[in-house]
Amino acid sequence: MSGSTRYVLRGVAPLGGDPVDLLLADGVIAAAGRGDIQAALDRDAAAGSPVVEVDGAGLVALPGLVDLHTHLREPGREDAETVGSGTRAAALGGFTAVHAMANTSPVADTAGVVEQVWRLGRDAGWVDVHPVGAVSIGLDGEHLAELGAMAASAARVRVFSDDGRCVHDPVLMRRALEYVKAFDGVVAQHAQEPRLTVGAQMHEGVVSAELGLTGWPAVAEEAIIARDVLLAEHVGSRLHVCHLSTAGSVELIRWAKSRGIDVTAEVTPHHLLLTDELARDYDPVYKVNPPLRTQADVDAVRDGLADGTIDIVATDHAPHTREDKDCEWAAAAMGMTGLETALSVVQETMVETGRMTWADVARVLSEAPARIGRVTDHGRPLTVGEPANLTLVDPAARTTVVPERQGTASVNSPFRGRELPGRVVATFLRGRATVLDGHAVPAPSATAPASGEVR
Amino acid sequence: MRHLLSTGDLDRDAAVLILDTAAQMAATQSREIKKLPTLRGRTVVNLFFEDSTRTRISFETAAKRLSADVINFSAKGSSVSKGESLKDTALTLQAMGADAVVIRHQASGAPHVLARSGWVDGAVVNAGDGTHQHPTQALLDAYTIRRHLVGGAGASDPAGRDLDGLHVAIVGDVLHSRVARSNVQLLTTLGARVTLVAPPTLVPVGVQQWPCDVSYHLDPVLADGAPDAVMMLRVQRERMGAGTSAGGFFPTPLEYTRNYGLDQRRLDLLPDHAVVMHPGPMNRGLEISADAADSPRAVIVEQVANGVAVRMAVLYLLLAGETHEERTGIA
Repeated sequence: MSGSTRYVLRGVAPLGGDPVDLLLADGVIAAAGRGDIQAALDRDAAAGSPVVEVDGAGLVALPGLVDLHTHLREPGREDAETVGSGTRAAALGGFTAVHAMANTSPVADTAGVVEQVWRLGRDAGWVDVHPVGAVSIGLDGEHLAELGAMAASAARVRVFSDDGRCVHDPVLMRRALEYVKAFDGVVAQHAQEPRLTVGAQMHEGVVSAELGLTGWPAVAEEAIIARDVLLAEHVGSRLHVCHLSTAGSVELIRWAKSRGIDVTAEVTPHHLLLTDELARDYDPVYKVNPPLRTQADVDAVRDGLADGTIDIVATDHAPHTREDKDCEWAAAAMGMTGLETALSVVQETMVETGRMTWADVARVLSEAPARIGRVTDHGRPLTVGEPANLTLVDPAARTTVVPERQGTASVNSPFRGRELPGRVVATFLRGRATVLDGHAVPAPSATAPASGEVR
Repeated sequence: MRHLLSTGDLDRDAAVLILDTAAQMAATQSREIKKLPTLRGRTVVNLFFEDSTRTRISFETAAKRLSADVINFSAKGSSVSKGESLKDTALTLQAMGADAVVIRHQASGAPHVLARSGWVDGAVVNAGDGTHQHPTQALLDAYTIRRHLVGGAGASDPAGRDLDGLHVAIVGDVLHSRVARSNVQLLTTLGARVTLVAPPTLVPVGVQQWPCDVSYHLDPVLADGAPDAVMMLRVQRERMGAGTSAGGFFPTPLEYTRNYGLDQRRLDLLPDHAVVMHPGPMNRGLEISADAADSPRAVIVEQVANGVAVRMAVLYLLLAGETHEERTGIA
C-alpha cells in the first residue's frame, strides 16, 4: 500500500454529528482528530505517499452505501449498461458495494457467470460487486440452480433471487429457503403472483381504470409476501422481500416481524416519492415493476421505513436503452435508473421531512443492506481501524437531475428535471477516492478488460 | 383544439361546437354534390395499427368529402413485437407532410405518445387506442342522442344544446371498452347521467371515481331507471379468454345473454321514446338480439352515417382556419 494517496478529511460530520478530521490511509480509517492525524502523518512522512486534504466543512460522512438490488445488465445487455458504467454510477451515488441482479443473459445461475460478473466489478474498481445468484435455472421457476456452487465460488454469493420474475411455485420457494441455510444465504423474492398480473402495465386502481391500462393489483404482491413469510416461519429460514410497494405489504411485514419471522424488506427510492398519477401522460419512463402505486401507498412505505418495518432502501437501478423507452407504454420495458439519485430521494422524503436522521440513513442504505447481504467490510462504523469505505455528502446542495450527465449509460431516470437535495462530493473505496469533487476518478491501475470500459 | 386525444379534454362548449359543426356537415351531405372544398391540398393520414375497416372508411369518407388528400397507412401487426416502431412510422409520415394523423392503435396511450413526442407536427386524432379512448365514437353517439332526444327530436338540429337531464345506460364489457370510457366522460360533460351495467368481472377496479352509476343488473336499470338511450357494447370474444380453464370473465355466452343481452322482452321495459345504440360490429344473439337490433328504436345504422359528419367536423375544426404557415411558422 505504500505510495498510495492518503486523504485527510477536514471537518466532516460522521452521520451528521460533530465535525471531526479523518485520515484515510492503507485502506482503513487510520486516525481521527487533528492531533492524532498530525502524529500519524509525521510518523509516516518518510513513506512519501502523497497526502490530499479534503475540505469537509458542511459535509456529512456516511459509511459507503450498499445497494442490495442493482441491475448492471452485463453480460448480455451492454447496450444499456456495463458493469463498468453501472458501478461508476454507483460510486457517483455514494455506493461502495452493489449486488448485481441475476437476470442477465446468460442468467447468473452458475458459478461461472457469477465469477465473471464479480471479476468485471473487481477490475473496474469503482465499487465491490457482489453478484446475486439466480434461484432457478434460467429464472424458469422450475429447477433450483446450483446455489451451493455459486456460494462456494470466488464471488461468494449469499443473496439469491429470480428478480424480474417471482419464485411463484411454493414448493420451489420452500426448497430454496431451506437450501440456502447451509451457507447463510438469503432468498430475495420478487413478489408478484404471475396469474394475477398477466399483461399488467401499471398499478390497478383509479388511474389504470381511466387510462385503460391493464392493472397490476396490490394483492398480487401481498399474496406472495403473505405466503412467503409463512413459509419462512415454517422452515426457519431467512427471507428478504424486494421492492415492497404497497400499504398492505407493509402491514404484512409488520405482522411477520411481530411474530419473530426472520424477514427483511426493501423499498425503492421511486416508491418513496412517485405515484401512479405520473402514468397519465403515458410516458414510459414511469413504467416500472412493481408499478408506481398511490399516494396512500407512498405514505405507508415512508411510515414503514421510518419505524423500521422496512429495513433498507435499495435502488432497483434498471437501465434501459432509449429504444426500449421511446415508444408506446405497452411496448416499453419496465424499469428506471436510480443509483445516482437514491440518496437524494431518501434525503428529500425522509430526512427533510424530519422522519429520519443521517444515522438512520446510514442504517437503511449501508449497515442493514450489508448485514442482509453478508458483506462484512461495508456498512461499518466510521471509527479508527475500520475499512475506509465511506462517502461525503453535501446536504445543502440542490441539483436538477439531468440523466445525460449521469454516470450510468442509460437515461431512463424518472427524476429528470426534478430538483433534489444533496450531492455526493466524494466516495472512498478502501481508502481510494472513486469520486472527488463530485467527479468520478478512475482507478489508476484499473486492469479493465474491454468489457470493463466506461463510456 | 390542437389534437383530439380524449373526450376528457373537451369541455362543454368545445363538445357542443363539434356537435353543431357536425350538424352543418350533415346538412351538406343531403345535397347532390356532397364534396366541400374546405381542406383542399391538405393531407390526412389514416394510420391504423389495428384492423378497423369501419372506422377507417368513416374517416376516409369524411376527409374526402372535405377534399383532403387521404393516405391509408395500414401498419397492422403487433407493435410489441419488433416491427417498425411507432416512432419510425411517425417520422415517415411527417416526412411525407401529413397535416393530420388519424391513429388507431392497440396500445392505450399511443396517440398521446404521438402527440407529445414531437415526431409529427400535424394534428393527432385518436381513432381508438387500446382500452382507453375512442373520442369520435363518443361524439357521434352524443350527436345521435341529441338529434333524437333533444329539442324537436329529429325535426331540426338542436344547435347549441347539450344533453342536460338525459339518462343513458351503457351495457356490457366496460372493462375493455374505449367506447364506454369516452362516453362516460363526454355524456356527463354534456349534462347527461350515465349508468354502466355489466357483470362485476367486466367493471374496472377504480370505477368508483367515474362520474356515473354502476349496476350489475340490467332489468331494474331498464325498468326503473327509464333510460332515454341504451348503448349496448360489443362483447369482445377475443378478450374473454375463451377456451382457457380460468380467467374467462363470465361462465358462458348463454349466461351472459340471459343476464345482459338486449332482447324484445327487455326492449319492452324501456320508455317509448328510448333509442337503442350499438357501436358495431354487433354480435347478434350475444349482446343484442335480432329483434332489438332491427327494431324501430334502433338507431345503429344512423350512428354510422352520423360518424361521417362528426369526423368531418373534427377534421374541419382541427385543420381549417389555420394554415400551414400558422402552424409551423414556415412560409
